[in-house]
Amino acid sequence: MPSAHAPPSQRLIGEKALIMSGYGINSEMETREALFRAGMDAEIVHINDLIAKRVSISDYRLLVFPGGFSYGDDTGAGNAYANRVRNNLWDDLLEFLDGDNLVLGICNGFQILANLGLVPAFDRSYVREIALMPNRSGRLECRFVTIRPASDTIWTHGIVKILCPVSHGEGNLSCSAETLQEIKRNRQIAFTYCRDDLSPAGGEYPYNPNGSVEDIAGLTSKDGKVLGMMPHPERAMEFTNLYDWPLLKEQMRRSGERIPGESLNMAIFKNIVRYFE
Amino acid sequence: MASFVHRIEVHYSKDPREKTRTERIRALGFGIDVLQLVDVYTIATVKRDLLPAELDEIGARLTNPVVQDFVVDEATHALFDYAIEIGFLPGVTDNVGTTARQMVEDYLGITFGEGEMVSFSSLYLVRGRLSPEALAQLPATLANPLINRVSTKTRQEYGETGMDRIIPEVRLHEIPAAGIVDLSLPDEDLLRLGKEGISDPQTGQRRGPLALDLAQLHAIRNYFDRAGRKPTDVEIESLAQTWSEHCKHTIFASAMDDDVPKGLYKSFIQAATNEIRAEKGDRDICVTVFTDNSGAIVFDDEYLVTHKVETHNSPSALDPFGGALTGIVGVNRDTIGFGLGAKPCINVYGFCVGDPASEPALYRGRDRKNPIISPRQILDGVVRGVGVGGNCSGIPTPQGFCWFDNRYAGKPLVFAGTVGVMPREHNGQNLFEKKAEPGDLIVMMGGRVGKDGIHGATFSSEALDPNSPVTAVQIGDPITQKKFSDVLVKEARDLGLYRSITDNGAGGLSCSVAEMAKECNGCHVELDRVPLKYPGMAPWEIWISESQERMTLAVSPEKSAELIDLCARRGVEATLIGKFTGTGRCVVEYGGKTVMDIELAFLHDGLPKKHLVTRQAPVAEPAVGPLPPCPDQLGDTLAAMIGRRNICSTEFVTIQYDHTVQGGHVLGPVQGKGRVQSVATLTKVVPGSKRAVGLSQALFPSYAELDPYRMAGAAIDLAIRGLVATGISPESIALLDNFCWCSSDEPERLWQLKEAARGCYDYAKAFGTPFISGKDSMFNDFSGYDAENNRVKISVPPTLLISSIGIHSDVTKAVSLDAKISGDLVYVIGTTEEELAGSEYFAFLGAGGSTVPCLDAAAARVRYLRLSDAIAHELVSSAYPVGHGGIGVALAKVAIAGRLGMDITLPGALRPDIFLFSETLGRFVVTVAPDHKRAFEQALGADALLLGTTGGSRLRVTGRTFLFEQEIATLEKAYKSSFGGF
Repeated sequence: MPSAHAPPSQRLIGEKALIMSGYGINSEMETREALFRAGMDAEIVHINDLIAKRVSISDYRLLVFPGGFSYGDDTGAGNAYANRVRNNLWDDLLEFLDGDNLVLGICNGFQILANLGLVPAFDRSYVREIALMPNRSGRLECRFVTIRPASDTIWTHGIVKILCPVSHGEGNLSCSAETLQEIKRNRQIAFTYCRDDLSPAGGEYPYNPNGSVEDIAGLTSKDGKVLGMMPHPERAMEFTNLYDWPLLKEQMRRSGERIPGESLNMAIFKNIVRYFE
Repeated sequence: MASFVHRIEVHYSKDPREKTRTERIRALGFGIDVLQLVDVYTIATVKRDLLPAELDEIGARLTNPVVQDFVVDEATHALFDYAIEIGFLPGVTDNVGTTARQMVEDYLGITFGEGEMVSFSSLYLVRGRLSPEALAQLPATLANPLINRVSTKTRQEYGETGMDRIIPEVRLHEIPAAGIVDLSLPDEDLLRLGKEGISDPQTGQRRGPLALDLAQLHAIRNYFDRAGRKPTDVEIESLAQTWSEHCKHTIFASAMDDDVPKGLYKSFIQAATNEIRAEKGDRDICVTVFTDNSGAIVFDDEYLVTHKVETHNSPSALDPFGGALTGIVGVNRDTIGFGLGAKPCINVYGFCVGDPASEPALYRGRDRKNPIISPRQILDGVVRGVGVGGNCSGIPTPQGFCWFDNRYAGKPLVFAGTVGVMPREHNGQNLFEKKAEPGDLIVMMGGRVGKDGIHGATFSSEALDPNSPVTAVQIGDPITQKKFSDVLVKEARDLGLYRSITDNGAGGLSCSVAEMAKECNGCHVELDRVPLKYPGMAPWEIWISESQERMTLAVSPEKSAELIDLCARRGVEATLIGKFTGTGRCVVEYGGKTVMDIELAFLHDGLPKKHLVTRQAPVAEPAVGPLPPCPDQLGDTLAAMIGRRNICSTEFVTIQYDHTVQGGHVLGPVQGKGRVQSVATLTKVVPGSKRAVGLSQALFPSYAELDPYRMAGAAIDLAIRGLVATGISPESIALLDNFCWCSSDEPERLWQLKEAARGCYDYAKAFGTPFISGKDSMFNDFSGYDAENNRVKISVPPTLLISSIGIHSDVTKAVSLDAKISGDLVYVIGTTEEELAGSEYFAFLGAGGSTVPCLDAAAARVRYLRLSDAIAHELVSSAYPVGHGGIGVALAKVAIAGRLGMDITLPGALRPDIFLFSETLGRFVVTVAPDHKRAFEQALGADALLLGTTGGSRLRVTGRTFLFEQEIATLEKAYKSSFGGF
């Protein structure tokens, strides 16, 4: 797919990312931009080109299911796209998961991963263990949230907090008590929603924007190589994308601090690059 | 005809939405205990029955087993008293059903054929005792009779078998052929033909409004007399579409009085732009104005940005959700159809509706038949429609407004706009230019054609009355559109696979193909090739249907296979339906016969010219009287002012709209710790660039009948000023106009229109801001009955929406509206006069008199250049344009946004309430760091008036003596509570 702009000239690692598109996925461009900036080349590939074997997943090391509204969220967010993957690409995907590769799902991508059973994936049977139900408010919530890592993973290493947008109608994570126990035992919670001071959201709106159990915002597979998260770090790559940047800038200027160009959210993408380096 | 029908019902074991859903229904006055929801999929097949194991597997795929259960061909069991099932009427777009069908097809590896479908419906299980009246009314809050079917059962009737299996199949019994229309009729019969439509030979019923007047019908009759034959119904319907007010804008194009012989558009709108461009010379920012589907300005050396704002008023009155959804996805196509295809990158919206707390008893028919939809339900529906459209399409929707006035109760105004971005050239070709060549193939891409949207263009050119056609209602399918949008602007355009493109909007193929045919001078269409949603449509219907989500392309024969193959691989339907020619004629074939053959010159320019006459309207002055005394408790007055519907927060809309997708958020719809709604937003549209697109909108309907000329000036000023407050230079701002008028056949209303257009010319010229696009909607009137069968006409106030677009040259220097640091200086920029006519304050007091704000635009322009320059030099910490409610409201908003108090001293001459609430134009409230005091005052000169400092938790205001102090938290509560529960 042709680029909307020339990528910034910078060193790229040899490994490449495949970003899924088609049927209403919509965040593929900014996701590619975020990976570029972190130092990883990425190609946007329509799911039908994978099904038609014009492109092969095995040529890539990172598979990304980006945000969007695949199939308009009809029959449950991510469900129809997950079925298309399961019906047509399942064997290729299993092979990819068995290799030393990473899979990232953001927002709609997380919903697809959850429906495919790629998270929490306690074993290789990939059954659906969690649901991303409709938000408690019954509608889409678009706002900036603060999230923090709940465990040290490939993805969250070195991160203290992230301030980035959520924008979803179905992000309310639910599962059985046993599943939750096991997720916690395995330290699979990657991110939780929290308050500005990093104290837990405690389920309280709007800090926890959707009613998610235990304030869960992101989850990894048991082996840690798959991450699904509702918030969108790729939507706020720069300092000036943040909600409160004008205030931060004014405070920093008066205390003589340097104004950053990039936001902290890029850390997730840099962690991916670091894994492959 | 479906032979095998099965029903799968899916429900949550514990539905997270149940509480809010129940609360919303209870808030509407229904004393229910719980409202449960079951998703129903009805599957109909013809060729073979589905096996029980297959149905179980399909059920599993439609269900999330972690939180949901399903039953196949059984009733869902629950504790309830009434069951209400709401599905779609035959032929209405059913997006969930379509997705479910695709999932079933994908799983079974088959393709559904004729008569096979999956249809979706919602089964509401109501627990609680309802009166028979309430039970009869409840479905009306959940469904719209124009698009939905409703079946209701008591628990007893539901029994063990549950609801019935219903397949909404379209069955048509029309003779699919063109008819001949005899125009050799007396004038009164011709008039009826124009007003009510062609009489259908089979049913004897009229087919719906052509909106052709007598002069137009005579011109058509003369044309066919010269041709020596009678016209077909395809030709008459086609001419009606092309000549409609909606498409030709006859009121703006016609000569008016003696002083505007070239018409309002050429004399005031286009002339302003042409003259500004000529004056600016090298600094001209325009790329394409008025000629294409959107207007375009320069973004930087490499890119351009487009903008277009549309209205979708009449459909939204009938089906608020579908009307607004269709409005936003429709204007997205004006972006995709600009040049060779721009990428939609920002949506904007605007809703003018009645007070949602009111329930006007108005009916389209006599004897309380066909009631209007309540303002609350219209608001809920249009808010949801624009949200679903933008959210599903992956287009951020940061900018918009709601405006409330009970004169919008009969007909709401729904504005929907889209900004696009594209490189100015690719492979040496200008992407903003396009041209179909003779011999190019006509390709229709996207959705299929059905009976939806027939007579949309002609219907919106008329006032809403009992005969308004229900087939004018459409529901958008954003995912179908997203698929072809991605193919076009992310792939096919840069592969050079087509030569020209336009969207199918009003008038469907009849307008899109005939419009493109101008580029090469002819077209030849084979209607049999057009893919249909269901069989049995007449050729005239196929030709003018406004079924959504379609583009028309001109494709050179050697590229067509590649384009169609690419589309197939992306799950997009693209079909060859004919050829562009150079014959000078628009020819349409159906069933091997020519059903239309008209000269393009007549089709486009045969419309008889009109000469409109205006008469000065009396000024609709509200009760003139002595100015009431200044209120004692001004702090309470301010709290009341900031809670007024047209001033307070409508954040419940903002948070439902994805405004961060595409990663360009810089200054959003709400700003600051206190989350106050902004007048302008700033969005990056090219990754890596420092530049961003600023957008704002302004309207002053309450000034319209007092002084339409100044109303136009006020809207232009505030739209520009909103952008300047973020740091955008007036030099890089362009404007769009949307006139939504009423009763535009009355000379007084035309006079108001002429005055407003004259204001547009004068103020745009004075600011040097060109118009790049515009649209008008002329008959926003409701005529019907009240509960006692009295005839009622409600006209919207003449409404001019001005939208502005400007380019911010460096977002790192942009400023937001919130006060930031304690001890900063608070200034008002610009002087304040006693200008309160039509103001929010006078509406609050019920007072009259005073004058409508009048602006010295030349002085304002200098001020704006200075302020944007000061912002570029980082001298300003926050800036907010003073608007509705005046300085008092502006100070309160800046303070609330920063959750920071202020100590303010009002200057001398004016009475304190007048200084606080006068709506004098051209002003800003800004805060400045004390270190920058000298530089800032030097930069702004005498325009900067120091009012006080920020700090503390209260807004404290002193005049000659202490006036009031008010906790910021109290003001914030007043600002945010008006739409609690929405």
